[in-house]
Amino acid sequence: MSTSGPTLARQLGRAEAKARLKSFGLVAPLLVFILASFALPIATLLVRSVHNPEVAAALPATAAALQIWDGARLPDEAAFGALAQDLLTAPEDALSRAASRFNSDLPGGRALLLLTARALKASKDAPSRARFVQIDPRWGEQQVWVQLGVALEVWTAKNFVTAMDYRYDENRAVVAQPREKQLYVTLFLRTLWVAGAVTLLCLVLGYPLAYVLAQAPQRLSNILMIFVLLPFWTSLIVRTTSWIVLLQDHGPINDMLLALGLIDDKSRLALIYNATGTLIAMTHILLPFMVLPLYSVMRGIPPTLTRAALSLGAPPFLAFLRVFLPLSVPGIAAGSLLVFILALGYYITPALVGGLSGELYSNQIAFHMQSSLNWGLASALSVILLSAVIGFYFVYMRIIGAEGLRLT
Amino acid sequence: MNRTVLIAAGAILAVIAAGVVYLLTATQPKPSITVVSWGGAYLTSQIEAYHKPYMATHEAIITSESYSGGIALVKAQVESGAVTWDVVDFEVADAIRACDEGLLETIDLESLPPGADGKPATEDFLKGSLDPCYVATIVFSHIIAYDKSKFPTDPPTTAAAFFDLATYPGKRGLRRQNPKSTLELALYADGVPANLVPEVLKTPEGLDRAFAKLDTIKQDVVWWQEGAQPVQLLASGQVVMTTAYNGRIFDAVVGEGKPFATIWDGQRFDLDVWGIVKGTKNKALALDFLKFSTDTQRLADQARYIAYAPARASSIKIIEEPGFTHAIKGVRMLEYMPTAPQNAFNSITTDHRWWADHQEEVEARWNAWLAQ
Repeated sequence: MSTSGPTLARQLGRAEAKARLKSFGLVAPLLVFILASFALPIATLLVRSVHNPEVAAALPATAAALQIWDGARLPDEAAFGALAQDLLTAPEDALSRAASRFNSDLPGGRALLLLTARALKASKDAPSRARFVQIDPRWGEQQVWVQLGVALEVWTAKNFVTAMDYRYDENRAVVAQPREKQLYVTLFLRTLWVAGAVTLLCLVLGYPLAYVLAQAPQRLSNILMIFVLLPFWTSLIVRTTSWIVLLQDHGPINDMLLALGLIDDKSRLALIYNATGTLIAMTHILLPFMVLPLYSVMRGIPPTLTRAALSLGAPPFLAFLRVFLPLSVPGIAAGSLLVFILALGYYITPALVGGLSGELYSNQIAFHMQSSLNWGLASALSVILLSAVIGFYFVYMRIIGAEGLRLT
Repeated sequence: MNRTVLIAAGAILAVIAAGVVYLLTATQPKPSITVVSWGGAYLTSQIEAYHKPYMATHEAIITSESYSGGIALVKAQVESGAVTWDVVDFEVADAIRACDEGLLETIDLESLPPGADGKPATEDFLKGSLDPCYVATIVFSHIIAYDKSKFPTDPPTTAAAFFDLATYPGKRGLRRQNPKSTLELALYADGVPANLVPEVLKTPEGLDRAFAKLDTIKQDVVWWQEGAQPVQLLASGQVVMTTAYNGRIFDAVVGEGKPFATIWDGQRFDLDVWGIVKGTKNKALALDFLKFSTDTQRLADQARYIAYAPARASSIKIIEEPGFTHAIKGVRMLEYMPTAPQNAFNSITTDHRWWADHQEEVEARWNAWLAQ
């Protein structure tokens, strides 16, 4: 008896460990999948926004020489010599990559580096400051060297500087972009505004709908639910392009209003290629994300509570306001958070129906990812958007409380 | 229950067995390359003029893929070492950037086929259409198109009409991304001679002037992104006048009988080029296909399917012959060609090299201007 106690405990422990291992084995594929497809890309993104190794990798001697440069005057002959040495010895691939990166710090920088390298290779003259300036007079400008110094920083804040509508001036001080180049802050505020407006519209439209669904008999509400989910199952592109057809100047909506005599041919409503189009299409697409959590929360509210309020003499509206509405707050919270966060990152719909005033922050991220190839800046913009989402999430949690948030 | 399981298992086994047998008996696969281009009528013209004849005469398979331009996807392939595209059809400015970034294989230009008249390729191809990184196939053009039914009397004939909202009221269509041709058009319409446009645009005052000109119509612009959109915007009445690629308008007019017309004044030539992606495992075949498709006859053949002019002089000679007509519609192609003398009278020149260096800077301002 005295020996079987610990043995039993050990056996039990072993069996439990086995079960734990088994259950871990079952979730391991999911864990690996999430790490590979979610955590890793986000980590890469974070690193890319501040990591800028291409130029320094191709021009190591120049990087070393510029470290001791005060930045007040043109660098000395040693720096020119180091640059010449780098340009003559750097592998072609590395040099072209570096030149392309440099081009986003200094317009024309790509050609400046590549053509200078070519000229140096072609001639036998000893490379000197005079020779550099002879190849391209820009090498005699301090601004060029300042930007080269910026480009050479392996760890850099320049992408965030740009993302905040600032830039480095010739003294390496951070100054505001000229007005005609300010973009990202405006766009960020507009994105917040649109996401907020879409959330509000979804709530206004979705709350009564969810209420009807929750109050209806199960059979009817199941059928009605299909109508909510049907658009949900249709491809995003199909739904967006249908809106283009409906909303255009000579589309059915404008034609109908014209036929009814509500507008005349000259004053057709501009419903698309502006913020209105973005709001309409996004609200429609995101509506199910509001209705579903609302519905599931409302279903769980016992009808007896409202009835009790009514029997105690509350008028229907007051019973709704004081009893039903507070109980449905978790649904409002979950739906709003979902819609708001999804709306912040939307870009296909705004790109198709938004025109200019409907374009959002993510459109710029896509632009720098796909078109300008400035992945560092795209990452910085993404990091800002991601931080905003996380920030909003925590503020929300503070206000609503974690237990109030229910998705099912 | 057991029977169902048995049947299901049997069916699965049968499918697997069939697959194995197919793989075992399939003949040695032919060598193949993937050629990437723009889709639509343009891709069709390439398949008819290049891909089909090549596959008929060579032991090779050509797979076509479509993309919407830019060099991001090529860059991603080269940098990750997983190159699946072999030959890519670029806009020339993109090819210059791809070349700068080291994303393209070099081509020995001396090895390109000489013209039908025996002229070496380096002299036969149009100016600016050859580079160790790329070989041009076609000349296309950014033009202005309008809906004839909207202007029955006194139709617009000049680029300036595009900015004249008083005489020609109605919405305008312009390209959303890539401000190159739009800024050049604005300067030309503002009175800068066509051949001086690139020089003026290089100055800060010139850039300000282009933006100021665009400011005058900004409120009335619908922005398009894909080459097919201008036609759709015109057809739906969303705009009355728009910039477009000349081949798309040709297709809408000749192919679908749409009442559109082209304003050739202030057109801007552009080139589409073949480039070979660096690190492809099929370089020899890719190169062979590139040489085959850029000979005199093949380039001329493509112009039977779409209104883009071939990029070599000896091919242009062929399309100027009176009997050279569209493969299906039978119309004479020359009058729709951007390079035809009656169309090329006032074409804006452009500095692709300058754009490759400054596109990023100008685009930053462009995006900010659009958002304001």
